[in-house]
Amino acid sequence: MNAVFLMLMGLGAMALGYFMYSKFICEKIFQVDPNFRTPAHELQDGVDYVPTNKYILWGHHFTSVAGAAPILGPAIAVIWGWVPAFLWVVFGTIFFAGVHDAGAIWASSRNKARSIGALTGDIVGNRARSIFMIVIFLVLLMVNAVFAVVIANQLINFPSATLPVWGAIVVALIIGQLIYRKVIGLLMVTILGVTALYGMIYLGPMLPFSLPTETMLGLTDRQSWIILLFVYAAIASLLPVWALLQPRDYINGIQLFIGLGLLYGAVLLASPDVVAPAFNREVPAGTPSLIPLLFVTIACGAISGFHGLVASGTTSKQLDKEPDLRFVGYFGAVGEGALALAAIIAVSAGFATLADWQAIYHNFGQGGVAAFTRGGANILEQGLGLDTVMAQTLLTVMVVLFAGTTMDTGLRLQRYIFQEWGSIYRIGWMQKTLPATLLAVGCCLLLAFGAGGDGAGGMLIWPLFGTTNQLLARLTLLVITVMLVKLGRPMWYTLAPLLFLLCMTTLGLLIQLKTFYDNGDWFLFTLDIVILAAAILVILEASSALTKQIKANKVVVPEP
Amino acid sequence: MKLDTIKAWFRQASFYAEEAYNAPYRSAIARAQREQDDLFMLLVFSEMMGVPNPASYYTLELQPLLLERFHDWHQRMGMEHSPLDQFRCC
Repeated sequence: MNAVFLMLMGLGAMALGYFMYSKFICEKIFQVDPNFRTPAHELQDGVDYVPTNKYILWGHHFTSVAGAAPILGPAIAVIWGWVPAFLWVVFGTIFFAGVHDAGAIWASSRNKARSIGALTGDIVGNRARSIFMIVIFLVLLMVNAVFAVVIANQLINFPSATLPVWGAIVVALIIGQLIYRKVIGLLMVTILGVTALYGMIYLGPMLPFSLPTETMLGLTDRQSWIILLFVYAAIASLLPVWALLQPRDYINGIQLFIGLGLLYGAVLLASPDVVAPAFNREVPAGTPSLIPLLFVTIACGAISGFHGLVASGTTSKQLDKEPDLRFVGYFGAVGEGALALAAIIAVSAGFATLADWQAIYHNFGQGGVAAFTRGGANILEQGLGLDTVMAQTLLTVMVVLFAGTTMDTGLRLQRYIFQEWGSIYRIGWMQKTLPATLLAVGCCLLLAFGAGGDGAGGMLIWPLFGTTNQLLARLTLLVITVMLVKLGRPMWYTLAPLLFLLCMTTLGLLIQLKTFYDNGDWFLFTLDIVILAAAILVILEASSALTKQIKANKVVVPEP
Repeated sequence: MKLDTIKAWFRQASFYAEEAYNAPYRSAIARAQREQDDLFMLLVFSEMMGVPNPASYYTLELQPLLLERFHDWHQRMGMEHSPLDQFRCC
């Protein structure tokens, strides 16, 4: 099977989904109205509520939701063969993610752009809202821990990327200053910044750097990197956003488009053959069963609750016209699906032989971003003639920048949550910035090291992260479904994905619970139980909210 | 003719770049600015609230200029009406 065929099939199906299914969903189910006064106009304040050009908004939405997760998930899930991963990404994007993302923007914009968390409280109930807060906190916690491990692994595997990865931070700091002080125009700054970044990617292979492998102060190199990364993330999350986060995000956005363009271009030019098996019948021992684990291993790229937070938190406040949500939300999900598809192609067609592929996927949880980097680099080499090491450096930088920015943002959000808890429970010190940040970092480190002694166990929590993320998606879908029922519209287009996720995540949690129990992993066992409890509560809340609404609809007001 | 097209294209590209850079963080930055402005308001009106201010000779001059913002400010600070006896607002 040729990878070009795979690419065209995947992209074609997603394009059809956008042109046909999203049109149906937005016009017939959500019934978007071009004359509806969106919150961006109604509550315009120049701060949060600003009507924004739909292409800009799409770019913002897409770059906020796309990151390392849609690369990592598929790159692990290919262990079951490329067909299941491919089908789940393509159909997940069309029928789950697109509807979920566009629906979250719709639900929020119809409710004064309130966040999904707040809407859960209004529409479903206060208990559901509390669950929501806890789930968000857990998602952030896990994403920070996992990404720290991912970055550390990448820096160990590809020492040539150390210079550009840390150099990118310096570039971002300089760009931030140049723009803030209005020294030169943004277009010029962009060109300079991207040139500097790619200059460093070019220099990286000549100046590789890795930490000494022997233990320093009782820490292995991986542990040292993880701690260094959290020190960085803590400092970055304390800086004002314009200083580092904003320029970094901007460069990442550009990197994302360049990376996607290069990868797909190289696939077209090289037209490599897929070497990975379509269905892997000889999965390594210890690999959990495909159903349900596939559906939680690939969360971002198929459906991810995190998108609902972005969609309802910021995107809905900037929506200029309601019909724009089809492009911004649904096409944003398609963009992310395209990234996940690129990852699938890289890890299934980027190796010369099946034996090479099997050597990497020798155990569950293996492969991951390193496989993406190696496979993608091989494709880039064949297609564009780039040097392999340089191509590896380029892809590593892309992934690490994504993951790093997510950590920075995630830690910032966790700090806000701690500060909010501090003010709810009147704990003075917790409301202060520094202690709240330290608390957040402490929790993340506890998880990164608690999951596995040397930090390598960070990957164990990946499926658990997927599950929690899907739990969030279920809550968002529930809000949308209840709203649709209230309006007397068909509910199956959102209820069916909800029920599917409900089965898969609950099953996934139970299977993982058994694995953690068998391995004696008590820390993760406890975490799993907490998430399971939240999942069951969500099921109960969902059924009670839905039946209540359906009953309320049936009560016909008698004619006077 | 051609130069104009290029210029127009460049303007368009600049607009998109500026928006792409600023739109995502507009609210965070505006909020940070508002916080600094709030502190400034507090400095300007501090004498009236019994907080000694060595620069009051100068800040007094600023008060009429900040009058427009005063209403927003006291409401944001959680006071429905002006907290100052001498400085009525609403």
